Amino acid sequence: MSSLSSTVQDVFNEPGCGKNQGKSEKERKKGCTKQLQPGAAAGGCAFDGAKIALQPVTDVAHLVHGPIACEGNGWDNRGAKSSGSMLYRTGFTTDINETDVIFGGEKRLFKAIREVIEKYDPPAVFVYQTCIPALTGDDIDAVCKAARERFGKPVIPINAPGFVGSKNLGNKLAGEALLEHVIGTEEPEYTTPYDINIIGEYNLSGELWQIKPLLDELGIRILACISGDARYSEIAQAHRARAAMMVCSKAMINVARKMEERYGIPFFEGSFYGIGDMSESLREIARLLIERGADAELMTRTEALITREEAAAWEAIMPYKAALDGKRVLLITGGVKSWSVVAALQEIGMEVVGTSTKKSTAEDKQRLKEIMGEDAHMFDELAPREMYKILKEARADIMLSGGRSQFVALKAKMPWMDVNQEKHHAYAGYVGMVAMVKEMHKALFSPIWAQVRMAAPWESQALTLDSLDLDRPIAGTPASVAPAPTGGRVEAA
Amino acid sequence: MATVRHGKKACTVNPLKMSQPVGGALAFMGLASTMPILHGSQGCTAFGMVLFVRHFKESIPLQTTAMSEVATVLGGFDNIEQAVMNIYTKSRPEIIGMCSTGLTETKGDDVEGYLTLTRKRHPELADTSLIYVSTPDFKGAFQDGWAATVKRILEVLVEPAAPVKELRKVAVLPGCHLTVADIEELRETLEDFGLDPVFVPDLSGSLDGHVPEDFSPTTIGGTTRADIRALGSAGLVLALGEQMRPAAEWLGSHINSPVRVFDRLLGLGVNDAFMALLVEYSGQPVPLKYRRQRSQLVDAMLDGHFYTGGSRLAIGAEPDLLHSVAHFLSELGFEIAAAVTTTDSPLLADLPCAEVLIGDLEDLEAQANDCDLLITHAHGRQMAARLHLPFLRMGLPIFDRLGAAHRLAVGYRGSRDLIFEVANLLIANGHEPEPDEWRQTHAPEASAAIAIA
Repeated sequence: MSSLSSTVQDVFNEPGCGKNQGKSEKERKKGCTKQLQPGAAAGGCAFDGAKIALQPVTDVAHLVHGPIACEGNGWDNRGAKSSGSMLYRTGFTTDINETDVIFGGEKRLFKAIREVIEKYDPPAVFVYQTCIPALTGDDIDAVCKAARERFGKPVIPINAPGFVGSKNLGNKLAGEALLEHVIGTEEPEYTTPYDINIIGEYNLSGELWQIKPLLDELGIRILACISGDARYSEIAQAHRARAAMMVCSKAMINVARKMEERYGIPFFEGSFYGIGDMSESLREIARLLIERGADAELMTRTEALITREEAAAWEAIMPYKAALDGKRVLLITGGVKSWSVVAALQEIGMEVVGTSTKKSTAEDKQRLKEIMGEDAHMFDELAPREMYKILKEARADIMLSGGRSQFVALKAKMPWMDVNQEKHHAYAGYVGMVAMVKEMHKALFSPIWAQVRMAAPWESQALTLDSLDLDRPIAGTPASVAPAPTGGRVEAA
Repeated sequence: MATVRHGKKACTVNPLKMSQPVGGALAFMGLASTMPILHGSQGCTAFGMVLFVRHFKESIPLQTTAMSEVATVLGGFDNIEQAVMNIYTKSRPEIIGMCSTGLTETKGDDVEGYLTLTRKRHPELADTSLIYVSTPDFKGAFQDGWAATVKRILEVLVEPAAPVKELRKVAVLPGCHLTVADIEELRETLEDFGLDPVFVPDLSGSLDGHVPEDFSPTTIGGTTRADIRALGSAGLVLALGEQMRPAAEWLGSHINSPVRVFDRLLGLGVNDAFMALLVEYSGQPVPLKYRRQRSQLVDAMLDGHFYTGGSRLAIGAEPDLLHSVAHFLSELGFEIAAAVTTTDSPLLADLPCAEVLIGDLEDLEAQANDCDLLITHAHGRQMAARLHLPFLRMGLPIFDRLGAAHRLAVGYRGSRDLIFEVANLLIANGHEPEPDEWRQTHAPEASAAIAIA
């Protein structure tokens, strides 16, 4: 059994996953991802997942060993932000050609690593394996080892070629690479009883920076965030943290659990989305730190901060609450976001008429049931056609989803808001919740809706050329959703 | 005349190039009632889909055979059969257009054989066209995938030459460097000459950003299969872009009609030639509208040359777009200081610059330091910021600005608009003089030298 397939098996055996533990030995071997259906599949591959999980490490050179497709078709397309190095936004790829496919691409890869180190001098190079070199048998572990010895720098193989599975599996394989090659390889200058790791937070649109000021105020240090706005050395030193929070429930559970196993770092699963969840997460962080030796007064300060922040957030939200109250939301996302966003929406009085659970764990679903009630509308797989129907028939007032289904909503002429990784707004923490409410209000009450839903004048039954009274100014305002007026034209205001 | 140089680096940094299968998929997206599908790992499709969603701001129909490691090794027949049947059952498209990827080409799947077998096992597919194109990721670039796919579409669908030609019907094969707006403009022009153009493919029908009445998982417009099949009666084959020459020549000989290739439609002279051809072919005089537009272009050249003259351009684009823009701006007085492209083309050697490199944006950045303008796709944004260069986004992808599909850059009108856009960027970045701008400080020995002279 090759080391990649044994790693994949190991990841499938995740004891931290309740769903997995409920399976028979045979089922477990099959893995936790549903068999992809040709012709009806959507979503990224394992390589995509590995890249999502690790690219936020800002000072590392991310080198993709494969044909141009894997990097060229999609580089610099994620919103992870950096407070320092911008090297993570540079696209590096071996761009293998026919010769490399036939004779092997190991030499090209080695040379590429040399070029990257000579030109950009990063603290480390992450080398991502892709399908073709995996199929032809390029041994990237060996090349990385040789490069590391030759250049005296960490060169880390990330073994998650696309065809081994889904994006989610890729997240985990990326985590395995960190566990095997990075975490625990450096020592921090100093440690404090207030050092934590945040696992599975990618600092998209700068969301980590909505949380960090609060932790700073409490004297809590983020020793490592895996991997948002992280430096290589921070991850290498992560094993000295006292406690950890796991943010994206499915993505990196293996990292959190194995760090607990190896280094005794306790973790909890939490979310930064929504006021209640944010407060809960702060309390949990404080509780775990106190358990591990931090002063008990940390909890008092945490509670004081929570009281202050919650009050401030509610005060900012109140002006919008009446307008949003009772609005119906169709939520298409997965994993931690499915329940944490539902809770957040309910906090402000919105009704979630349906949510997808495609990427959610059994635990995610259980939480959803707790929040939404037993008869919650959970769709395992909601086809775009169904989404369109729900919106077109106005069974929801707004859809929240990722960018790819954006146009399903917009073409149904219904409000839409981005809640996935490509989004441009930051929604984490107390300030993020306020921002989300404002954005949702903006989306729902845009003056365009009434106008775009108006039928064209020639679509109205009653309208004929003869009936056009071109001199009569149009009655009413564009805000009316009524069918198109039976004549007249819009006068310049 | 330019020297064509191939990059020698082992590591491509900041890619300019995209892969063949996504170029091929885009070509399929210009056909009506079609489902494009990549035969590869599902990531191949996911990356391509995100790329187009971000560029066009539209839902993108693109499926995958979802090849796993095991399926790849054992061969993709089962996946292809399942994919075709799933698509057939769910959306009943007229055409399923399949592009291979690097993965399945490395394995060496006999896809044509698989499709024949699939047809045998599923007679209900009789009326579904299955078009397969070989587009390995590790060879060529985006425009090669597009060109190969258009040629394949014609080979599979076009019926033999019709005994009687409909002389007004013109088969137009646009390259992938032409936008929705470009195609709309050209259709209008041909129609103004009384002609009846059939564009293959026609992105202006499918990805022009209209709001359809109902949801469709397949393409929502584009050239119909019936129109492509009936191209045998076309009186003329018009290729727009050198990349379309092989497809146009195949079609011309297949239907026994003359072929004309325009390697660009940006600039005064080339559009005059285009008008001359339309006049000659249609027997109609140039409509008043175009005479007026030509005059406007001439005026724009007069107004713009103060700014464009002597300016230095750094450009990264696929060969056909590079050819169009570099020649046009050079005709306006630009110096093409740095040119990088993605793939080989007979056009490259004729570029109005000393050298053109088949390389990446790192190569372009290294040469662009003292340029006045950068033209490339949206991935140039980082280098533009680092070098403080005025930046005009052209090509695909353009994911950080709206309206990419509606940028017009053909014809007299498109040429006129591009002059304004380029000149305005140069004006906005204009240099303001300062009091000491022209004060010379002569070193003592320097003034001594002048005295002696």
